[in-house]
Amino acid sequence: MKRALLVIIVGVLYVLHQDFWFWRAAHPLVFGFLPVGLFYHACYTVATVLVMMLLVRIAWPSELEEGVRDAADREDT
Amino acid sequence: MIPAVVVFAYLGVVLYIGIFAFRKSRHREEAEDYFLANRSLGPYVFLFSLFGTNMTAFAILGSSGHAFNNGIVTFGLMASSSALIIPLSLFLIGTRVWALGKKYGFITPVQMFRDRWECSHIGTVIFVVQAALLIPYIIIGVMGGGTALSAISGGRVPYWFGGAVVAMVVMSYVFFGGMRGTAWVNTFQTILFLCFGAIALIVIGIGMGGFQQSAEALLGSPATAPLMTRERISPLYFFSYTFIPLSSIAFPHITIFCLTARKMNQFKKTVVLYPVCMLALWMPCVFLGVMANRAAGVPKIQEKIEARRALATEGPRLTADERDALRSKTAGDDVLLLLLERYAPLWLAGLLGAGIMAAVMASDSQILALSTMFTEDVFAFYGGKKRFGEAAQVHTGRLFIVLITIFAYAVALRAPQNIFDLAVQYAFSGYSALSPLLVAALFWKRSTKWGALASTIWCAVSVAAVALFQYLVPAPAGPPVAMWSVAGVDVLSRTAGGTAVFGLMPVVPMTIISALLLILVSLLTSRPGQAAMRRYFHAV
Repeated sequence: MKRALLVIIVGVLYVLHQDFWFWRAAHPLVFGFLPVGLFYHACYTVATVLVMMLLVRIAWPSELEEGVRDAADREDT
Repeated sequence: MIPAVVVFAYLGVVLYIGIFAFRKSRHREEAEDYFLANRSLGPYVFLFSLFGTNMTAFAILGSSGHAFNNGIVTFGLMASSSALIIPLSLFLIGTRVWALGKKYGFITPVQMFRDRWECSHIGTVIFVVQAALLIPYIIIGVMGGGTALSAISGGRVPYWFGGAVVAMVVMSYVFFGGMRGTAWVNTFQTILFLCFGAIALIVIGIGMGGFQQSAEALLGSPATAPLMTRERISPLYFFSYTFIPLSSIAFPHITIFCLTARKMNQFKKTVVLYPVCMLALWMPCVFLGVMANRAAGVPKIQEKIEARRALATEGPRLTADERDALRSKTAGDDVLLLLLERYAPLWLAGLLGAGIMAAVMASDSQILALSTMFTEDVFAFYGGKKRFGEAAQVHTGRLFIVLITIFAYAVALRAPQNIFDLAVQYAFSGYSALSPLLVAALFWKRSTKWGALASTIWCAVSVAAVALFQYLVPAPAGPPVAMWSVAGVDVLSRTAGGTAVFGLMPVVPMTIISALLLILVSLLTSRPGQAAMRRYFHAV
């Protein structure tokens, strides 16, 4: 269930990258100089950081590392 | 001359780091130590070095140049899409490659493919295609070094000498330090060029009297207002570009780099902080590139703006050669250097120039990757390691580094840069089209060596076909020109910047057909043996 939710979140994030709604808009100028389209993509990049944090926290493939450890243990014995 | 002196001092520091790494190495004659730093990189060296490896000269010079001519779209096109796709591919693919490398001792992706699909010569075909797509990168790195050093010194350092100095420095620290030296130098360089963005933004902002007035002025002029939006690029093209970052994990130097982490946990910081680094580097460069259109006091920038205006108004009446000449005048790869020259004090321009050199010198990882691939996938695979021993393998790797650097320098002196710009442009598409190979090897049990071969051949043929098409058909001045239409739908078009297939960048059909071929041919051929399946998927 958690994994399915994460897949949906990543999918939504990918769709949000295609922000056609700000395509021809420069206003409002955020902080007086940053066009809204550029500001949107800066915020989008920050959102990406949050999603990556979620992925690392919830879906980290620790079984891969355990597989490596098991193989090393087998070699040692 | 002061900036050039600062840059030379920087090159000296970089060289020292590489040689220091050599002295720190305890197992100099072992392939795993030389080519993979003994799989021992810590979390921050892994993050900064991987980020630095991915950022070429384009990240600083090319991004501001692209933004100068196309506007703010550059950030969404290249930075925010990469901020999602690259960490995601490291999370899904990089971690698996690391685990398999650690478990079975792989040093290159081709070794993994050979083991996974139980093949030998097909692996060699993959090696050849990967190497062919990588070589233009190395050449363009030498060219970038020569151009940047010449520009920073105000033309006092000639192109041939600048290129030779950069090639020698890169060759020396890769030769001595191997992966450890390259990773340490990349870490130092990444910290430098991450600082560069913020400092350049502040210094140029103060010099231009703040950005508020410039932004309003850009919006006030019909010629520059579109640069503050994304209307110069079509939404379809924008969408297509999200396929380009798929190339990152398929580049051999990145796949090989995934094998250098000490623990899999090292990936955690990289996955989370990679987008932060993208934001810190690309946002200032893109924004300054757009603002350069208001740098009235820089004559060379004004010449570029004039050339752009002439291309827009007189373009359709000009010959293809005249259009190409105008187009090369509009190229904005040096706008950031020109802004620094105009607004930064000399000593700071030197430091910032060193930051630019740090990005230009990203070819180190590609040189090392090519050497690693040659010694592992060809020399060792065809019996060289067994006959001559591991020390000879490392010596062969070092010799290969010298030869490839000399070759790249010789070509950089003679060949026109635009040919290699084109080759690099399609190397990205080529590696994106190779990415299904990694996905299939790691996630799809039913994939076979014949499927992998079909996908690889398709990739090579399609890259060559698109490059040939662009070489033969001159770029139009205005809107795309349809070359092949079916029932009123434009299938193949020549655009001002390249090629469009159904309005999309070629990378989209290249990657989708590559994946489809891999699936289809795999289903038609017999699957690998049970032993290989068990190694990769535990229970079959």
